[in-house]
Amino acid sequence: MKFFQLIKANLFRKKVRLLLTLGSFAVALFLFAFLVVVKEAFSRGVDIAGADRLVVVNRIGLIQVMPISYRDKIAAIPGVKAVTHDHWFGGVYQDEKNFFPQFAIDVENHRLVYPEFIVPDVQWKNFVKDQQGAIAGGQTAKRFGWKVGDRIPVKNSLYGPTKSWEFNLDGIYHTEKSGGDESQFWLQWKYFDENVPSVMKSTAGWYILRLDSPDDAVRVAKTIDETFANSSSETKTETESAFAAGFAKQFGNIEFLILSIGSVVFFTLLLVTGNTMAISVRERTGELAVLKAIGFKDRSVLFFVMAESVAIALVGGLLGLGLAILAIPVVGTALNGLLPNLILSRSALVVGIGFALAVGAASGLLPGIGAMRLRVVNALRRV
Amino acid sequence: MVSVNNNGHSTALIQVRGLNKTYRRGGEEIQVLQGLNLDVDKGDFVAFMGPSGSGKTTLLNLLGGLDVPTAGTISVAGDEITHMSSGKLTEWRARHVGFVFQMYNLIPVLTAYQNVELPLLLTRLSGTERRQHVEAALSIVGLADRTHHFPRQLSGGQEQRVAIARAIVSDPTFLLCDEPTGDLDRKSADEIMALVTELVDKHAKTVLMVTHDPVVATRAQTVLHLEKGVLVEAGKPRQDVAVGGGA
Repeated sequence: MKFFQLIKANLFRKKVRLLLTLGSFAVALFLFAFLVVVKEAFSRGVDIAGADRLVVVNRIGLIQVMPISYRDKIAAIPGVKAVTHDHWFGGVYQDEKNFFPQFAIDVENHRLVYPEFIVPDVQWKNFVKDQQGAIAGGQTAKRFGWKVGDRIPVKNSLYGPTKSWEFNLDGIYHTEKSGGDESQFWLQWKYFDENVPSVMKSTAGWYILRLDSPDDAVRVAKTIDETFANSSSETKTETESAFAAGFAKQFGNIEFLILSIGSVVFFTLLLVTGNTMAISVRERTGELAVLKAIGFKDRSVLFFVMAESVAIALVGGLLGLGLAILAIPVVGTALNGLLPNLILSRSALVVGIGFALAVGAASGLLPGIGAMRLRVVNALRRV
Repeated sequence: MVSVNNNGHSTALIQVRGLNKTYRRGGEEIQVLQGLNLDVDKGDFVAFMGPSGSGKTTLLNLLGGLDVPTAGTISVAGDEITHMSSGKLTEWRARHVGFVFQMYNLIPVLTAYQNVELPLLLTRLSGTERRQHVEAALSIVGLADRTHHFPRQLSGGQEQRVAIARAIVSDPTFLLCDEPTGDLDRKSADEIMALVTELVDKHAKTVLMVTHDPVVATRAQTVLHLEKGVLVEAGKPRQDVAVGGGA
């Protein structure tokens, strides 16, 4: 602590340069936080996927449907505990900007397969009884100010001419798992099936099944795909996490994109701060030589340079992450549900701080070693 | 008593024996110091004079443990410093040497107080003890009322006083002054030299000083000339000034 004054005085030596360096760290960490948040948003489906769930889709692609008759055949396969099915609805509430995922669900089995979605029993019973009923996730309900009992009109043009489908909001669901998806809107598959063109009747978009044991996953998936091989709707069965990962990949290789941008930011930052520290040390050659002359050891001089560099990195990093904490919810709201929930996790903050400290240490190291190796006699001669 | 001829055993505070320093510049070897002997007792005030390039600063650097000789030995208060490792030499400098440079070399972002406190940060003294030492040193150099001034807020003479306070604050065995008045006007130079003389007379400090200025050299008890890498005793300073023709 007795060296604090010396380190602090050196930090504030050039205030404009200090502000600019802090700014570059803050901007980089702000960007870093955003990249991590977007990456996590895309991969959250993979992270929270049930280990004991399989998803069955049409082998040709996700937008191709399968006969509803598959449900009983899948349910009969040993190791399958429960089967449900979903169908993409794809309607528009008031404005196309108000996107949120809507699914026609199988009310009989949905809760057996997705126990993590919590709906009060009374609300669920009302939903099952009400053919035009709907259940919305807590986030979506909050976003549009919906309350149980509200009438919700949703326009749809995917299934025949554009028309408005009317729903009664019977319930609001929440999730057990942290970071779970509370943006969905569920309607009854029976109501959906009655109102779609004949070509779409008695179909399911995809099946989701729960296994007795995750160990059965490979065997059951193979059995399902073999059962429907050579049929008009061949299937592709995979674990829920693989399905979520595949879904995220449809947007492109987000992880690679983020890693690439992150690396460019990292090395640019390293060069900027390394150069700043090098200039700062070069300007102080004489002073460092005097410190060494009066008895400060080489490692003390290295410590001073590194401490300055790490302090700048830490303060700049905290500033950037603080700004990100404030800005991310605002951006999330502005995106209007276009991206999954943007959540800046604690682990991302810890990684961000670690990243800032690593860049600070790395950028101070070379100038620090240069200062450490400085020969007092030569340095004093240059003063 | 200063001696340049003794090459045997002595009880002097500083003993230099057969000191050689050779630099290599390009393919050429330049011998700066040649078999130099020197004895300096505690409380002596020695001035080194000589033309530019004669090796005065090199000698000071060697005596201060900032550079290592090509051959020969330097002993200070019984410690032979010529074979110390770099780390040991740094510790030794902190305990035994106070440096005063021509350009003051204060840290511009630290106040006078903080500059003087620097050598004490290397000791185990408490904050209170450090403050007592710093205030005493600043009081000796007559700057007790300038503790919170930054170097840019002080005159050249005052800056050099702060540098002297920094040099004496840890009570080193001896002071090395490299052209301490080289950047000052005559009045300030006289004040600084009066202060250095006072340190020798009142506080029994041992001072070794390099200077080009014969007037400044008159303050020393002994003036030694470096000529072609060899020390030559020039006698009493006042005679030296007379011979040299004054300032």
